[in-house]
Amino acid sequence: MMRDAPLLARYAESLFWMARYLERVENIARLIDVTQTFESPGRESESWFALVRINADEAGFAKRGLRPTADDVKRYYLMDRENLTGVPASLEAARMNARTLRPLISTEMWMQLNVFHRDMTSIADHELHGDQLSRLCVRIKEGVQAHTGITEGTFFRDQGWYFYQLGRLIERADQITRLLDIRYHLLVPPFGEERRIAELTQWGGVLRGAAGYHAFRRVAPPGFTPVDVVAFLLTDTSFPRSVALCVEQIEACLTQLRSRYGLRGTVSALERVEELRAAILGRPVEAIIADGLHQFLDGVQRDLSVMAAEIGTAFFRDWRPLADDPPTQTQSQDQVATA
Amino acid sequence: MPDTPTNPFRDYDAAPYFCELATHRDGDAGARASVTSRIGLIGLDALRARAAAAEHDLINLGITFTVYSDATAIDRILPFDCIPRILTASEWRILESGVTQRVTALNLFLHDIYHERRIIADGVVPADLVLGNANYRPEMVDFPVRFGTYVHICGTDIVRDQEGHFLVLEDNARTPSGVSYVVENRHLMSRTFPDLMAGFKLRPVDDYGRRLLEAMTEIAPEGVDQPQVVLLSPGIYNSAYFEHVFLAREMGVPLVEGADLMVEDERVWMRTTGGRRPVHTIYRRIGDDFLDPTVFRPDSMLGVPGLIGAWRRGNVTLANAVGTGVADDKAIYAYMPRIIKYYLSEEPILQNVPTHICREPEGLAYTLANLENLVVKPVGESGGYGITIGPRATREEIEVARASLLADPSNWISQPVIGLSVAPTLTDAGIRPRHLDLRPFAVTGKTTWVLPGGLSRVALKEGSLVVNSSQGGGSKDTWVLVDEDAP
Repeated sequence: MMRDAPLLARYAESLFWMARYLERVENIARLIDVTQTFESPGRESESWFALVRINADEAGFAKRGLRPTADDVKRYYLMDRENLTGVPASLEAARMNARTLRPLISTEMWMQLNVFHRDMTSIADHELHGDQLSRLCVRIKEGVQAHTGITEGTFFRDQGWYFYQLGRLIERADQITRLLDIRYHLLVPPFGEERRIAELTQWGGVLRGAAGYHAFRRVAPPGFTPVDVVAFLLTDTSFPRSVALCVEQIEACLTQLRSRYGLRGTVSALERVEELRAAILGRPVEAIIADGLHQFLDGVQRDLSVMAAEIGTAFFRDWRPLADDPPTQTQSQDQVATA
Repeated sequence: MPDTPTNPFRDYDAAPYFCELATHRDGDAGARASVTSRIGLIGLDALRARAAAAEHDLINLGITFTVYSDATAIDRILPFDCIPRILTASEWRILESGVTQRVTALNLFLHDIYHERRIIADGVVPADLVLGNANYRPEMVDFPVRFGTYVHICGTDIVRDQEGHFLVLEDNARTPSGVSYVVENRHLMSRTFPDLMAGFKLRPVDDYGRRLLEAMTEIAPEGVDQPQVVLLSPGIYNSAYFEHVFLAREMGVPLVEGADLMVEDERVWMRTTGGRRPVHTIYRRIGDDFLDPTVFRPDSMLGVPGLIGAWRRGNVTLANAVGTGVADDKAIYAYMPRIIKYYLSEEPILQNVPTHICREPEGLAYTLANLENLVVKPVGESGGYGITIGPRATREEIEVARASLLADPSNWISQPVIGLSVAPTLTDAGIRPRHLDLRPFAVTGKTTWVLPGGLSRVALKEGSLVVNSSQGGGSKDTWVLVDEDAP
């Protein structure tokens, strides 16, 4: 008879965070790619510094003695190991979690991540410039996508799978709100037709960054407006990166953990799902934008962060005191150090 | 046919040592000759290219150990030599029965010294060598272990002298490591050299995890229906972490760290997503000292407070048992032939290397007078540290050894230099003889099972006798030929 294998709390936590960090790595690459597309002549620095602002990294950036130039921002996210929201540190954290998870994950998952991690530790300065940057972003995205595919094809579907999915989905929802927010921080001409065209170009860039450009064109009304783009990214449950689909899938994972594995600690996270759903789908997107999209996105990020903390309290950290500081509200969350 | 590659064995000369491939032995059914000629067909260049690919594989797979020096940690692979070491069925019969005999004697000895102490009363082993041993654990006195098994996993280091006789160099009865490489080397060999292996009937090695789990299940506290086995590891920073991962995976049990376990109601539990779950057998890969900060080292962050209490109540089994270090001590080692005779009334199947005990005046005097010809070893160390090989040492090194000996004689033993056997090994200069040893692994629950073969560790440096992975050693796949005459 097959055994019903319990899952160590520490493994669940590592799965959750491995998935989160890898999803983050993919999204940083997307953000950088889309920023380069936005980079308007004469305003490069503003475009690039927007990346720092949407990640709420201004303080950390300044502390490293960096200047708000295109070069410094690219280096900060692609080469600076000290930057916890950048690619090297996120990939390092993902690999550390994978190392902890080696008894559990497939050999193929470990091997791909090990090799991907090694490739990314040797990003050279010249890869941050010109046409090479976009190719670097493709390599990063493909590295994570290979991981995702291998995981889908080889990872055992017990409760660990659901914790892995939860981490991925929470991070993905968080990142899409950041991608949406990039628009808020960009400078556009103040009036008229010129403004309308500039805006649409930029929204096109956001859609491409989310890999949603062509799908959007298929479903968008003729003569679409920015409101349609926001509605698509927030609410369209056919789009794999929409906040609404992420929330729907988070709910499905929590429900599975509850019904199939009898984990009762899912209650408060499920309540948070309800709140998020109401916030996103409870009123027209026009109203959300009228009240201030940036504030709204901040609120979604906060809710996601609270939800992650609730999952952590319920399943991962019953055996360890919680960190004293609540998570900084709009910064990307990080795993609590275990040592 | 295109150019035939030059025979890579053309310049090979193992003299004066016993060669595991070249020296004639009966009953190998032509295996040695076949391997030699197949390697010749592959040729040196292809051999090198494939060996490099195999090592690349090891890095990508993270089959590594960690070396610590000066506060830096480096992940290294255990260098893999692609020319296999071949043991015939009759050679293996000697090794298997010898190792089993030795493990049986070790367990009887441990039972005795923690209970009646007959062997001390009968004057076979001096009392202070046992009771004064740093690894003797008074906590174990009169404590019953299931089936009398203390050493559930044992690694016996065996060498071969110039005549080809097997000699035991030391017993590893605490937490011996290396078995993961035995299995991984075989996998690597099958992937990289299928043409070299084709057609040979070899004893399989991939049964280890199942056998280990079976033993761990047998030794669980009585009355537990489906015992939960776990592997307790110091964690990802431990040099043998890969092996811990390997064993947990092969057994299909959780790899836990100290913080994953807790003791409540004198029972051990692990922390899972669904709350606490009981644990019945712990295959621990951390030393006695670190197991329980309330009993042993209070500064241990690796252990589980209360673990020893739960264990003494009989609610959990530890493998290996606490206090086995007294039996694999290099000082006790010298008495092993007598220990075997005492408990089993049998002659030892595997001989010891002759050993001088420096805590005894005659042993010390002999050692000091013959330092240039002896290997001097500290009794408490493992991993090849602190060894001085007289004939290879400089005058200064000899004097350092002499000073250490005089400062604390009881910390040292000495042995004659054994002309260790060699095996052909791929080097920058071509195929050359290199010294090697063998560590078979024995698993004991109710009974003892020995994994066919074991880890062959090879000293990659020319002339070197130190095979330890931390000191530049590599490893080879070890083939045990199937006994064609067996029923």
